[in-house]
Amino acid sequence: MTPFSESSIAIAVFDRTAWTPLLELSAREVFDIMLSTKLQAFDKSADLNDGEFTALVGLAGSLCGVLSIRCNDQAARTMASKMLGMPEEDVDNDSWDALGEIANMIAGNFKGKLSGVGNQCMLSVPTIIVGTDYETRSLRGGNMIEVVFGFEGKPLWVSLELHE
Amino acid sequence: MSQIRALIVDDSSVMRKIVERSLRQAGLDLSSVMEAGNGAEALGILDANPVDLILSDINMPVMDGLEFVRQLQTVEKLRGVPVVMITTEGSESNVVQALSLGAKGYIRKPFTPDQVKEHVLPVLGL
Repeated sequence: MTPFSESSIAIAVFDRTAWTPLLELSAREVFDIMLSTKLQAFDKSADLNDGEFTALVGLAGSLCGVLSIRCNDQAARTMASKMLGMPEEDVDNDSWDALGEIANMIAGNFKGKLSGVGNQCMLSVPTIIVGTDYETRSLRGGNMIEVVFGFEGKPLWVSLELHE
Repeated sequence: MSQIRALIVDDSSVMRKIVERSLRQAGLDLSSVMEAGNGAEALGILDANPVDLILSDINMPVMDGLEFVRQLQTVEKLRGVPVVMITTEGSESNVVQALSLGAKGYIRKPFTPDQVKEHVLPVLGL
């Protein structure tokens, strides 16, 4: 990872109108290329409890915050199955790993689409949270974009939460 | 080159399996595929196991891909082994740095099997 001095970082200015379709496109491309799956639109009022698996990837530098994706166990299992080309019954902890890797690719793909930002933004390795009994607190002065997709009939949340 | 011994370095076991599958889909005749979860683990494997090709992620815990490539260049018997970086980084700077350190190419995630073929075969002279 290339370190960069704080003085050299140009902080990207949050632009919801421009970035929301880019985040959506980034997710669609990852699923299209790596899983041969077209993500569908999904009702935004999807039950939040239907997402017990969360993968988080931290962003630091010109973009500072967290990208997360969330889905249920069955969806995560199906993702791993499609990525690996193996039957779902043979997928074990691969589903966690697959979810983290998908989050990582969406984050990398997204920042690569922001002109002049990618070079000054680093990604963390993914973290996986299992369960729904937790709370998140919005970053102080933060901005959030959330897109809800349908994956194999199940909701898939893709969120980007950034510091000002 | 007939049979190829490959080492895949990535902290994601899913990604290591996908890379191996892509190499086979690219038509490479792999006699062995070894896996490592980070650069330090990979150096340990390479100490006792010669390989013809290394594919390495950049963003990994313990030892990242850039440091791994840097360390490879300090070991005479490993200096000539072609390394192709596989990265989610949208940034050019890490890729440029990896190439300047000795990597022979890079593949950006997400990738198709055709992209793996396109980037790997030339570094093997195929």
